[in-house]
Amino acid sequence: MSKTPLLSVRDLSKHFTIRSPFRGTTVGTVQAVNRVSFDIGEGETLGLVGESGCGKSTTGRLLLRLIEPDRGEVLFQGRDLLKLDARELKAVRKSIQIVFQDPFSSLNPRMTVEDIVTEPLYVQGGMTRRDMRDRARMLLDRVGLNAAHITRYPHEFSGGQRQRIGIARALAADPRFIVCDEAVSALDVSVQAQVINLLQDLQEEFNLSYLFIAHDLSVVRHISDRVAVMYLGEVVEIAGKDALYASPRHPYTQALLAAIPVAHPRLRGKRARLGGEVSSALNPPPGCRFSQRCPFARDVCRKEPPALRGLGERHQVACHFAEELQAVAA
Amino acid sequence: MSSLEMNDSRSEPSFLSRFFEGRRVRRLIRHRSFMIGLWLCLFVTVIAVLAPVISPVDPNKMAIRSRFQPPSFEFLLGTDNLGRDLFSRVAWGARLSLAIGLGVVLLNAVFGVLLGALAGYFRRLDGILMRLSDALMAFPSVLLAIGIAAAMGASAMTAVISLAVVYIPRTARILRASVLQVNELEFVNAARAAGAGDFHILRRHILPNCMAPLVVQLSFVFAYAILSEAVLSFLGLGAAPTDPSWGIMISEGRSYIREAPWMTVIPGMAIAITVLGLNLLGDGLRDVLDPRVKMEH
Repeated sequence: MSKTPLLSVRDLSKHFTIRSPFRGTTVGTVQAVNRVSFDIGEGETLGLVGESGCGKSTTGRLLLRLIEPDRGEVLFQGRDLLKLDARELKAVRKSIQIVFQDPFSSLNPRMTVEDIVTEPLYVQGGMTRRDMRDRARMLLDRVGLNAAHITRYPHEFSGGQRQRIGIARALAADPRFIVCDEAVSALDVSVQAQVINLLQDLQEEFNLSYLFIAHDLSVVRHISDRVAVMYLGEVVEIAGKDALYASPRHPYTQALLAAIPVAHPRLRGKRARLGGEVSSALNPPPGCRFSQRCPFARDVCRKEPPALRGLGERHQVACHFAEELQAVAA
Repeated sequence: MSSLEMNDSRSEPSFLSRFFEGRRVRRLIRHRSFMIGLWLCLFVTVIAVLAPVISPVDPNKMAIRSRFQPPSFEFLLGTDNLGRDLFSRVAWGARLSLAIGLGVVLLNAVFGVLLGALAGYFRRLDGILMRLSDALMAFPSVLLAIGIAAAMGASAMTAVISLAVVYIPRTARILRASVLQVNELEFVNAARAAGAGDFHILRRHILPNCMAPLVVQLSFVFAYAILSEAVLSFLGLGAAPTDPSWGIMISEGRSYIREAPWMTVIPGMAIAITVLGLNLLGDGLRDVLDPRVKMEH
């Protein structure tokens, strides 16, 4: 972990407007991602967790400009990705790649494995057909597939193998940073473990940085250096994984961790359960977005949105009463 | 793994063999109405191709002495009011019908794909292109074709163009829907993340995955084009009166339907067989390639 981050995200926001189908007037705004900020260092893995619909996948896609952000900055190696023109962006895309959740829709069924894996090289240009094929063979071998299967089609592989093909494609253009968007969520547990180990080996070998998006807290704990927790489009807590799992400061993080199933009969039943539903991102509460479900919420929580603030070393929380809660928990 | 498959995907497969991969071919072969349709279409195609060889006389040769001959060994399908041999005329008419149908299908493939891809991929063009196609589709299809053909003057070429104009919006709409659907799949995002441009994404990722509904749609367009061409020719808006067109033959036979019913029945059956064959073929293709699409016309 170096001091200057490889990737630095500041106040990244994406609001989707819903228009009336006839009059074209704006009916509402879904605040999918709201003022999200975080850093990822060289060779570091940041886990991004949260429940379904909290905006974690959207955040990943905003970084790659697969969805255009509304506001904010994405500084990659010191350059703001959101200010690049098409040509510059294409060049940067080599360095930032993505591995998708669905091993089926993420591979074009009408392309051979060779064409799939070499596509980033083909698009970026500057390599001969033979060099690309050699590189594809090397990559397949590196991700644990038989390099001789280069002429096969995706439907001839299992889900885990397909995910490895997706990883090989992401590695093709020699990236620095990979967004793993629920990259192992669709796999069996045993295959999950293999793919996670592969991702960790590759990280060490190529000095990669990951943004590891997942909803499985134990997987995130295993692979991440630091973890960010999202709720309703906002980051509520970021900390080193040990600090976060051992002493979560934000009430949402506490509830989230308490929801991890415990494989010990006597330890069950002592969990803090959350009531109510996730508030709508279409019309989020004016203060803290978690205030409607928070067991500790007070008046100020319902009026003023808490900012993400430092609390101890490399631990950031967006809660007005983080210190008090800590005292209670201790 | 795939030893059962009929075409080997190892050896640089062509587009068609990739599209009709082994399991699909086997399902088509087992599909009864598809096979019946295929045989009917092959039958009509063979007759059209071999027309100069198998027709006993020139289709336009008049023989006043043998007018209104019923089908017999001398005149296989009988003769018309000018003594022209109906078998020869139907065989040459197959050429004309298939040529016109093919022309309409080709124009549909080119412009339907172009407009559908533009509308589905570049969402800014979507509104205007789809409103235009709505406007064209608001007219009953044959009426619109009659209007265009009448405005441009009767000929086989105007029949092709007017029928193409009628069916291109329908094809474009179907392609647009597939483009919208495929565009949401992750491999498109993967290509985008790799830095691919719009043209590359359309050509390599989206269009190859939109082919199934397109092929199905084109097989129906083929059938409707042949049927509508007969209607246009019947009304004198299609092929020139001297051409052996099935529609013209029915139109000419109409006046003698009591005395010489074979003059209308024979070309009518030719149309029925061809259209039935194409529809069965299209139904089979739809069942195997694209079970979700249901046609409405």
